[in-house]
Amino acid sequence: MKSVLILVDGANGQVAKSTGELATFAKRIGEVIAVVFDPSLVAGLGVYAIDKVVVVGGFDATKFSPAPIAESLAQLITTKSASAVLITSSARGKEIAGRLAVISGSGIITDAIDVDADLITTQSVFGGSTSVHANVSHGTAIITLRSNAVEVIAASTTPTQEDFTPTISDMAKLATVTSSQPAVKGGRPELTEASIVVSGGRGTNGDFKPVEAFADSLGAAVGASRAATDAGWYPHTHQVGQTGKTVSPQLYVACGISGAIQHRAGMQTSKLIVAINKDPEAPIFELADYGVVGDLFNVLPAATAAIAAKK
Amino acid sequence: MRIAVCVKQVPDSWAEKKMNGQVLDRAGVDAVLNDLDEYAIEQALQIVEANSPTKEAGPESGHTITLISMGPDRASEAIRKGLSMGADEAIHVVDDGLAGSDALATSLVLANVIKSGNFDLVFCGTESTDARMSVVPAMLAQRLGWAQLTFAASVAVDVGLSEVKIARATEVGIENMSAKFPAVISVNEKINEPRYPSFKGIMAAKKKSIQAKSLSDLGITPSEVGGKAAWSNVKDALLRPARGAGIKVEDSGDGGIKLVDFLAEKRVI
Repeated sequence: MKSVLILVDGANGQVAKSTGELATFAKRIGEVIAVVFDPSLVAGLGVYAIDKVVVVGGFDATKFSPAPIAESLAQLITTKSASAVLITSSARGKEIAGRLAVISGSGIITDAIDVDADLITTQSVFGGSTSVHANVSHGTAIITLRSNAVEVIAASTTPTQEDFTPTISDMAKLATVTSSQPAVKGGRPELTEASIVVSGGRGTNGDFKPVEAFADSLGAAVGASRAATDAGWYPHTHQVGQTGKTVSPQLYVACGISGAIQHRAGMQTSKLIVAINKDPEAPIFELADYGVVGDLFNVLPAATAAIAAKK
Repeated sequence: MRIAVCVKQVPDSWAEKKMNGQVLDRAGVDAVLNDLDEYAIEQALQIVEANSPTKEAGPESGHTITLISMGPDRASEAIRKGLSMGADEAIHVVDDGLAGSDALATSLVLANVIKSGNFDLVFCGTESTDARMSVVPAMLAQRLGWAQLTFAASVAVDVGLSEVKIARATEVGIENMSAKFPAVISVNEKINEPRYPSFKGIMAAKKKSIQAKSLSDLGITPSEVGGKAAWSNVKDALLRPARGAGIKVEDSGDGGIKLVDFLAEKRVI
């Protein structure tokens, strides 16, 4: 049977949902070996389809990101004869994957939305207009997968646990983390992990209150177009689009966003798209499953009230 | 300081892109300097200006900015734009054997150019807007054995100490990192506002040197790069059926309620 390494993400004892998605993909391929650099995350892994847990220790993983993580994974590929390594497609995940591909002499595929039992990946490119099937033809398949691309299969497992102490080179310690602040966790879900995203654009004129109120009524994350973040109306970390984050939620609600191709590139693979815009000619309506031509300052409060009434 | 900036010519990110068989169709679209690389050039210029006796980049500054690009002949247009922003010189790796190279091959070629240039710092954008993998800076750092400081939202260089500090924002939060020279740095698009080339800059760029290098100049054999050497294969690329427009309603006071009814019908709420 093939062995597949998955890189566990999370912080403060909270395993990221995307890790469960990686386990779900990996289970199709073979034995699932979860690699953990933060021991506080081990307890949270029993709810996913994981066969083995490897706890990597012997160095401070938080001090030298990301080079030692890539070196550790490369050594585990050898000791576990792994056929594939699955990593979440985040900025950090991709840089770890890039280094790992070089160290292990392996091909790499990033931003996949699916991977099958034969390690054939599906990617959605050019703003969702094209599906690409590909595989790695050399070495171990290094694959990064987008969040929210699969329904997590829950499991109740007691994976076997072992410790692993890698050999970390001096080169991997050249860049040091001198201090860090964890991401500020608001009451809302993380943008790339949320199953519903409500985004605001130029049409908000800088007032995101109705967007936030509607998002909260749905338990959704709040996104913003580049126009809105560049204007300073909303933090850049919430930007959806080509130069921001790519989201693929069950429901995407675009409020006062015209739908330029650069924004579409970040949200076009959403399962269901809803648009609210005053301009009936706005390109966002071309891809919306449901469009409301109207002022978001009227439509959103009415919709928020209607949701509240249903509860 | 000797600073290198890796730049790439890409299809205009505002254009509709499509596949031609297994690869991106580059012929039918305008080619431009990758937007995200402009931030890397701008950052290099600002660092040189801050450390120049004349407060300007160029020969008097005592520092050099070299653009490094890999791509077909016409990539020289994108390189020229970077030179007109104020970079001093460029190296253009152009070779028919490079067509179809993957990120691993690209990083191999760029690393070989960088190794021979005695550079202190290498700047990159976070990703190219065509491939969007954002792995090349990390691969470069690994291949060179240099410090990796990626996704920087701010950069501070201390020339005297040969030290560079960055702050980066990733999913896990904000990390402050530091390293001694040499280092590979990628900068995000919030770090600065890239300048427009001035008329003087455009004229000066016409006289700046673009040194062409082939694979054999770099000691790379053709079997190491190009489409045939790629370690991942595209099996097929299918155009998805265009996402058709759905229902569109005018809001006459009941738009919000209709919207929620639609969401309930689709069982997303």
